[in-house]
Amino acid sequence: MSKRRPYVRPMAGWWRKNPFFVEYMIHEGTALFVAAYALILLTGLVYLAHGEAAWNVWLEGLKNPWYIAFHWLALAAMCYHTYTWFKIMPRTMPPVIVGGKRLPDFAITGSGLAVAVTASLAMFGLVWGMAR
Amino acid sequence: MSENQRIIEIEVLRYHPEKDKAPYQQVFQVPFTDDMSVLQGVQYIKDYLDGSLSFRWSCRMAICGSCGMMINGEPSLSCETFLRDYYPARVRVEALAHFPIERDLVINMEGFIEKLESIQPYIIPKEPRTLAQGEYLQTPAQLGAYEQFSSCINCMLCYAACPQFGLNSEFVGPAAMALLHRYNVDSRDGGKAERMELVNSEEGVFNCTAVGYCSEVCPKHVDPANAVNQNKTNSAADYFMRFLTPKGGAK
Repeated sequence: MSKRRPYVRPMAGWWRKNPFFVEYMIHEGTALFVAAYALILLTGLVYLAHGEAAWNVWLEGLKNPWYIAFHWLALAAMCYHTYTWFKIMPRTMPPVIVGGKRLPDFAITGSGLAVAVTASLAMFGLVWGMAR
Repeated sequence: MSENQRIIEIEVLRYHPEKDKAPYQQVFQVPFTDDMSVLQGVQYIKDYLDGSLSFRWSCRMAICGSCGMMINGEPSLSCETFLRDYYPARVRVEALAHFPIERDLVINMEGFIEKLESIQPYIIPKEPRTLAQGEYLQTPAQLGAYEQFSSCINCMLCYAACPQFGLNSEFVGPAAMALLHRYNVDSRDGGKAERMELVNSEEGVFNCTAVGYCSEVCPKHVDPANAVNQNKTNSAADYFMRFLTPKGGAK
């Protein structure tokens, strides 16, 4: 009879055991803010469908300091999410060959972040222009 | 031993299948010098303090991939991790995470060996080739497409770094998937369609959630996370091809 009795260690609390996993859980967790923000916008759409008066009620509601605080929190979470998203991007795509050489990771991450910042600023400018 | 010898505490996770119900910690006082690796520390324990301590090792120079352990919770090759970097704190040594412990620092790697077999880690020629046709020729670019993924030494650190493998041991996992990719992108190989069956399967690439720690711990800079994630794209392409071609992505 075999004397072997391989011991399988439990996985409970695995993500707390390594700082890398904690960081991973935080950046995955920031996705919840994206979902929450989508729900807020959807609610706005429902109010809009009920006419101008309802829409204005929703707009007034947004001026609640708790809502404004949440917006700042969501913005911070989104910024962190964007950063970690592009940080892992070189790992998720085929190698980019430029002039016979492989594009280094920081160039991929950097251009991703640059595009994200440019697109955000353009969108902000557009909405700002429309609102005035 | 030289004069500048110091004593470091090494805490080892012990497990004897015939005696112990569960693993337990045991601390050893180990004299060390600046040039001593964690592996040498563990060897000192076996030679002078407790001969029953079991662990795997061979080359001592990060080539063979035998001596992988969790060192202070990080998957590392113990031969290229140095005691001086932890002193005066204690070093915690444990068998590679996510694998069953056979005894002390020795893990059961049968599952991994089966996975290596399952990916058909050899060139499957596109068409039969005679000796008279001579050797295959490759351009440096064709070599570059797979070279990095061929550096794997099967040390399994990436599996110890992968929580998804820890939660579901059926997952083909980083190293085997990197090797699968190495053959699929080799210009001499024609076995991609066969290997894609595994990539697309329940055990395949979609178990990965892009944690990315596998590539961080790889001692050979293979970047298994890249191989796995490129094959998510390949798998999606394989799926949608079925709508465009008569027989589709499936065989």
